[in-house]
Amino acid sequence: MTQHASPPRDSTGKVPSAGAPPVWRGLMARADVRTLSLLGVLAALIVIGGITKPEEFLDTRNLQLVLTQASVIGVVTVGMTFVIISGGIDLSVGAIVALASVWATTVATQEYGFAGILFTAVVVGVGCGLVNGMLIAYGAMVPFIATLAMLASARGLALQITDGKTQIVTIPSVLDLGERDAYVLGIPPLVMVFAVVTVIGWLVLNRTTFGRRTVAVGGNAEAARLAGIDVRRQRLYLYLLSGLCCGIAAFLLIILSGSGQNTNGNLYELDAIAAAIIGGTLLTGGRGTIVGSVLGVLIFTTITNIFALNNLQSDVQQIAKGAIIVAAVLVQRRTASTT
Amino acid sequence: MAPEPPLLSMSGITKSFPGVRALDGVDLDVQAGEVHCLLGQNGAGKSTLIKVLAGAHQPDTGTIHWRGEAVTLRSPIAAMRLGIATIYQELDLVEHLSVAENVHLGHEPTAAGFVVRGKSARASTAGLLKRLGHPEIDPARLVGELSAAQQQIVSMARALSHDVRLIVMDEPSAALDPDEVDNLFRIVGDLTAAGVAVVYISHRLEEIRRIGDRVTVLKDGRAVAGGLPAKTTPTREVVALMTGRNVEYVFPERPVKDAAATGEPLLEVRGLARDGEFEPLDLAVRPGEIVGLAGLVGSGRSEILETIYGARKPTAGQVLVDGRALRPGSVRAAVRAGLGLAPEERKAQALLMLESVTRNVSVSSMSRFSRGGWIDRAAELRAARAATRELSLRPDNPSAPVRTLSGGNQQKAVLARWLLRGCRVLLLDEPTRGVDVGARAELYAVVRRLADEGLAVLLVSSEVPEVLGLADRVLVLREGRVVHTAPARELDEHRVLDLVMEGSPAS
Repeated sequence: MTQHASPPRDSTGKVPSAGAPPVWRGLMARADVRTLSLLGVLAALIVIGGITKPEEFLDTRNLQLVLTQASVIGVVTVGMTFVIISGGIDLSVGAIVALASVWATTVATQEYGFAGILFTAVVVGVGCGLVNGMLIAYGAMVPFIATLAMLASARGLALQITDGKTQIVTIPSVLDLGERDAYVLGIPPLVMVFAVVTVIGWLVLNRTTFGRRTVAVGGNAEAARLAGIDVRRQRLYLYLLSGLCCGIAAFLLIILSGSGQNTNGNLYELDAIAAAIIGGTLLTGGRGTIVGSVLGVLIFTTITNIFALNNLQSDVQQIAKGAIIVAAVLVQRRTASTT
Repeated sequence: MAPEPPLLSMSGITKSFPGVRALDGVDLDVQAGEVHCLLGQNGAGKSTLIKVLAGAHQPDTGTIHWRGEAVTLRSPIAAMRLGIATIYQELDLVEHLSVAENVHLGHEPTAAGFVVRGKSARASTAGLLKRLGHPEIDPARLVGELSAAQQQIVSMARALSHDVRLIVMDEPSAALDPDEVDNLFRIVGDLTAAGVAVVYISHRLEEIRRIGDRVTVLKDGRAVAGGLPAKTTPTREVVALMTGRNVEYVFPERPVKDAAATGEPLLEVRGLARDGEFEPLDLAVRPGEIVGLAGLVGSGRSEILETIYGARKPTAGQVLVDGRALRPGSVRAAVRAGLGLAPEERKAQALLMLESVTRNVSVSSMSRFSRGGWIDRAAELRAARAATRELSLRPDNPSAPVRTLSGGNQQKAVLARWLLRGCRVLLLDEPTRGVDVGARAELYAVVRRLADEGLAVLLVSSEVPEVLGLADRVLVLREGRVVHTAPARELDEHRVLDLVMEGSPAS
C-alpha cells in the first residue's frame, strides 16, 4: 500500500478521520453510507436469527454452513459484478456452472484425478466466457441475447452429457476438501476460496488498469473509446472473467455436493444479479463495488438460512427476496440523489 | 384596433444545467399567425428554449405569458392542452404503431371510455393528412415503413389533431428534398393563414427569407437580437449575430516569428475524404502552429476532426504524424502516435461523469503509472495534479467529481488528459462550447501556450472571431470543401462570412 501525502478521499469526497491507523483509515475511506447500511442489514439479520433460533443459528456449524453456501454463488457474483459495472449482463452463469460441473465429473475426466476436475471446470467456464465475449465484443451482439443463448445451449449440453443422471465424484482428494478435517481454524476451504476471490476481485477493480477500464467502459463507452481504450477487447476479457468465476464456482459445487448434475446452478444468474444490485452496482454500468456485492450475497444466504431454521418454506423466502431487492433499489435511488 | 397581447411572451428565461448556463435571460414574443424564426449555432440554446416551451424543461427563472395570462408549463401535456405542439427533429413517433394510432396517441377516440374506435381514428387521420397535402399516406400503415418526410407529415398531423395555436418546428427541412420543402412551406402558409403561429428553427437562412416574418437570434444562451424583420435584415447582419462575438475576448499574442514558415509538419493530412461528409482534404500543421477550420453547421468541420482522429473511417486518403501514416479508422493508433481530441460533445464523448478529475485525466495514460496492470495511485495522483495545476483547473481538488466542474474546467480536464499523455497534436472541436464567456480568454491562453510549447493544434469553431483570433492559419470550409486558405491576420470577419456563404442559395 502506498502512503498518502494527504488524506485519501473516496468518490464522494469525504475525508476520513485522521489519527486512525493507515489500514483502517483506508477501509473507512471506502466505507460509504451504502456499505454501512448493508452491514447494518446483515447485523440486523444476525440479531433476528439469534433471537428466533438462538441455539441453532449461532451454532458454529450453522455459521460454517451459511458461509459455505454463500461461497459458490459468491464467486459467481464477483464475476457478475465486473460484467455489470461494464454495462453488460451475463445471464448464462448458472448454466455455465452446470456445464462445467458435469463436464468436470464425467468418468473420463475423473481418471485424471483432482487436477483433471479442477482444470476441466475452469477451462469449460473460460471457454463459455470466450464464446460470450467474442459474440458480444466482436459480433456486436447485445449481452442479454448472447448470454441468453449461452444459457440455453450450456444447459442443453449439460443434460446431454449427463443424460439427467447425477455423476458421483469418486476422487477422495476432492471430497476431502468438503470434510470437517479440512477446515483451517474452523474455516472451510470453500470459504477461503471465496475470500481469496473476493480480495483479488477488489484489488483488480480498485487497483489495476483492468478495473479502471471496466469502469470507464461502463460509465461512457464512447468516451472510453475516444480516450484510446480498446473497448471491445475489454468487453471480451470481462466475459472471460465471468466464465472463469463460473468455473471456480463449479469446482466448489463439486466439492460441496460430491457430484456433478445438469440442474446445478439453477437461477444463479438471478441471485448473482440481485446480489450485485442490492450491493449498489448500477445496472446501467459505471459504478459498483465488490464489497457491496459480497454483502448482498451474505444477506441473501443468511435470510435463506434463518427462514429454513424457522421452518418457513421457500415461497416465503422468494417473496422476502423480492421485497429486499425493491427496498434496496429505492433506498439507493434516494441516497444517489443526495450525493 | 387595440393592440392585442402577443400569443406567447417569454421573458427573462434562464435555465442552468450542471456546469453550464444554457439559457441566460431569453425573451421571445410570438404573435398569432406569424412565422417566428429562431436562429443560432449548435449549443446557442435553441433546443433548451423550445423544450421549455414544450414543457419538457422547467425554467429556473423567468415568466411565460400565454394569450396575456401567466402560465406554468409543468409538463408536455400541460403545454399541449394550451395548444402548443412541438415537432422535434428526432421525431417522437412509435414506429410499430400505425399512422392513425400515432396521430391519436394519448387521445384516442374511444367508445365506452376505453375501446379504441379505430375506424373513426383512421377517418379523422385521413382528413388531417389531406389537409397537409399528403392524402396518399394510408392511416393504417405502420409509421416505421414511411419515409422521413412522410413521418414528419404524420408528426404534423398529430400536432393538428389537437386544437393547436402554436407549432414549434425544429429544423423540419433538414431531412427533406426540395419539393418536399415546398410542400412544407405551403403547409406553414396555410397554418398561419388560419391564425396559427409557427416557431421555425433552421440553419438555412434562405428558408427564413422565404417564409419568416420575424427572426430572433440566440447566441451563448442569450437572445442577441429579438424580432428582426426576416425579409429585410441583411444576411450578413444575421450571420454576424450568430457567429460574432458579443464580448471582446482577449486573444493571446501570436509568436513574433511566423511558426508556419518553420519546421516540418507534425500533422499531415493527404486527400482525406468521407463520402457524403467532406471532399478530399489536404492540410499540414507544424509544431507551434494553430490551424483553424471555419465553417457553418453542415460544412463538415467535426466530421473532419473525428476522421483525422480515427473515430470515423475515411473513404480515401491518409493521416500522417511525423511523416508516418496512421492506420485509418483506429483511435488507438492515433492516440499512440500522439493525437488527442477534445470533442464537441464533452459530456457524451470525453468525460466519465461519475468519476473524479484524477481518473478522467489519467484514463488515457494509465500505463505510465502502472506496472503489470497495477496502478501506483500516488504517482497517478501526482501526475494528474501536475497536469491540472499547469492548466489552473479549479477547484484544485483532484478527487472532485468531474460533473461538479464548470464547463471551462471540464474542458481543462480533457486538455489535462492529453497533456499528461504527452500528446503532440491537439484536435479541438468547439473548445469553448458551453464555456462561460468569462472563462474563454483563459482557455485561449492555455491553447496558445500549449502551441508555444511545440504542440500542433487543429481548431474547429463555429465562431468566426474565435478562429481568427486564435489560429495562425485558417481554412474556410463550405459544404465539405475547403474554399479558402490564408494566414489569419490576412482575413477579417466579413471576408470569412462572405466565404462561408458564397455560392449558397442565400446569395
